[in-house]
Amino acid sequence: MGTNLTIGKAINAGLRAAMEHDPKVLVMGEDVGKLGGVFRVTDGLYKDFGADRVIDTPLAESGIVGTAIGMALRGYRPVVEIQFDGFFFPATNQTFTQLAKMRRRSAGKLSVPVVMRIPYGGGIGAVEHHSESPEAYFLHTAGLRVVTVANPEDAYWMIQQAIRSEDPVVFLEPKRRYYEKAEVDTEAPIAEATPMGVARVARPGTDVTLLAYGPMVKTALQAAEADTDHSIEVIDLRSLSPVDYTTVFESVRKTGRLVVTHEATLTGGPGAEIAARVTEECFYHLESPVIRVAAFDTPYPQSRLEEHYLPDLDRVLDGVDRAFAY
Amino acid sequence: MSDTTAHEEPELIQLLTPEGELTGHPDYPLDISAEEVRALYRDLVLVRRVDSEAVSLQRQGELGLWASLLGQEAAQIGSGRALRDNDMAFPSYREHGVAWCRGIAPKELLGMFRGVTNGGWDPHALGFHLYTIVIGSQALHATGYAMGVQRDGAVGGENGTAVISYFGDGATSQGDTNEAFNFAAVNNAPVVFFCQNNQWAISEPLERQARVPIYRRAAGFGFPGLRVDGNDVLACLAVTRAALDNAREGNGPTLIEAFTYRMGAHTTNDDPTRYREAAELDEWKAKDPILRVRRYLEKNGLADEEFFASVDAEADKLGEQVRTECRSLPDPEPLDIFHEVYAEPNTHIDQQRAEFADYLSSFEGVGAEGGR
Repeated sequence: MGTNLTIGKAINAGLRAAMEHDPKVLVMGEDVGKLGGVFRVTDGLYKDFGADRVIDTPLAESGIVGTAIGMALRGYRPVVEIQFDGFFFPATNQTFTQLAKMRRRSAGKLSVPVVMRIPYGGGIGAVEHHSESPEAYFLHTAGLRVVTVANPEDAYWMIQQAIRSEDPVVFLEPKRRYYEKAEVDTEAPIAEATPMGVARVARPGTDVTLLAYGPMVKTALQAAEADTDHSIEVIDLRSLSPVDYTTVFESVRKTGRLVVTHEATLTGGPGAEIAARVTEECFYHLESPVIRVAAFDTPYPQSRLEEHYLPDLDRVLDGVDRAFAY
Repeated sequence: MSDTTAHEEPELIQLLTPEGELTGHPDYPLDISAEEVRALYRDLVLVRRVDSEAVSLQRQGELGLWASLLGQEAAQIGSGRALRDNDMAFPSYREHGVAWCRGIAPKELLGMFRGVTNGGWDPHALGFHLYTIVIGSQALHATGYAMGVQRDGAVGGENGTAVISYFGDGATSQGDTNEAFNFAAVNNAPVVFFCQNNQWAISEPLERQARVPIYRRAAGFGFPGLRVDGNDVLACLAVTRAALDNAREGNGPTLIEAFTYRMGAHTTNDDPTRYREAAELDEWKAKDPILRVRRYLEKNGLADEEFFASVDAEADKLGEQVRTECRSLPDPEPLDIFHEVYAEPNTHIDQQRAEFADYLSSFEGVGAEGGR
């Protein structure tokens, strides 16, 4: 029996399930209480779990992540909401020098199972600092796991898996896809859900692998549908750190071509690392270089220009065509 | 513009003068036996010895670095001995005296500065978190931990748990420290902020860090701030005990500014002759935290020569033990690099570990003169 949920509502339902499952799970952030968060992802949790477990914090991201670390050290499992991608940056010190390194620093004596939820990406006509894709910073930081979701099913299960992880998890939420809807079987046991670290073949194909994650998965599927000349295999990466290279290599060895697309900027982006690894491991299977379709190496532009800046259906299709030029 | 400056000295809370007179303080009555004072004297002498041995070990190349606590022994032993077993301390990287009080073996501290661990002790078992090097970060961890204590229902009543965060005068410039003050105030968290104002943030004097006395910062956040003579172990004990009790009973945070002096260099890499006058050090030597306790014990006939000699002998023995233990700390195995980065299996790390292990094993059987 499925429930029809948007991605936003599915995360909300997943948070609720996690809080019911484990009394140590807390939600904290700016406006997450009575307001239910600016995207309403924590809607209703304050009412049902109270102010001790759904904590409206002062407006200070470093303070939020730093105190979450302290609560995790005391045995809690805080789920932190960073209100927008661009507001993560004040919390970089606590995230990179403390959260990511605590287990290693303590030789495994300390766990800091903090989940950092961040609505990310563009396409909503927002003002500056509300449309960023900061995932590459997290991938470059040992000690963090980084995941993102592209559909309500994953949203519901992966937030719960992230909360159960003993590692700190950066949970990236594609804000322009919050309202995408699908059936989710919320009654299924969590053990049957696809593990958090596994990539998913979203659409099988034979000619080229198109790798996407988060908000770009929908665009990639549209590209596969639109391209009548090529059979495109779409992979939804789901976990950005670690990457499920088994699935990626298997697909590339089959198709011989790889196009990676993301909203993050091109240089030093996730696509660069994936291209390097695929070149190392699938060299003799490749029919063309790995093609990247990403945002330009510029600051995120004014919103009236974002349709040109973000990789869209046509640019993804152009990338696929480039892969067949060899 | 306010006419106050960071240099304007309000009256310090002091119980024991530099001359060894026990004056007491009406707000901080301290009922303490001669035996307890002798025990504090012993603590002070022994941590100073651990510290001076560590400086020597660094000079001999046995440690990569050491951050000396010289001059700050009273602030650390006084506050450290105020803690109860179930309290939790979040240190910076100079709290060797507090570590001593919490039962951290000196070799654990040396291991970090030798480079064999990043902090080898068990923070939960000993109520003493790992040293934190990025200035001020730990003030937020302490505050969050205290918020967890609140949620455990472990606040209120005299058996409550209290948390203490240590940092220096330089850290009061950090956003994290000020965010911690605010989070603690808003949540009424059971945390004590213990600032050792040792007057210098490496080469920058206090007036480059703060316009108003540090203890007054608390008023703006809505909790009490006090300035205590940081070279008076009895005052530090009494004031910290009162602040911890206040926190454990549910009355929220306190900022204690322990007014002290860094008599040594910032670390063994530093050269304070480049930025401060020798006369300043001489002035503070007269306020030495150990000397005044000795004077008090001597003047009042609470300890004899035999006692002082026995503490010195114990210090000599401890010094020898520290030297031996330091030199025998084993280097970690190369593959330790990959340990405990993640709790859960990680394919990236696993692959890199396997490749590096293969690479290392490719040297097996190759003589010292040979390449691969």
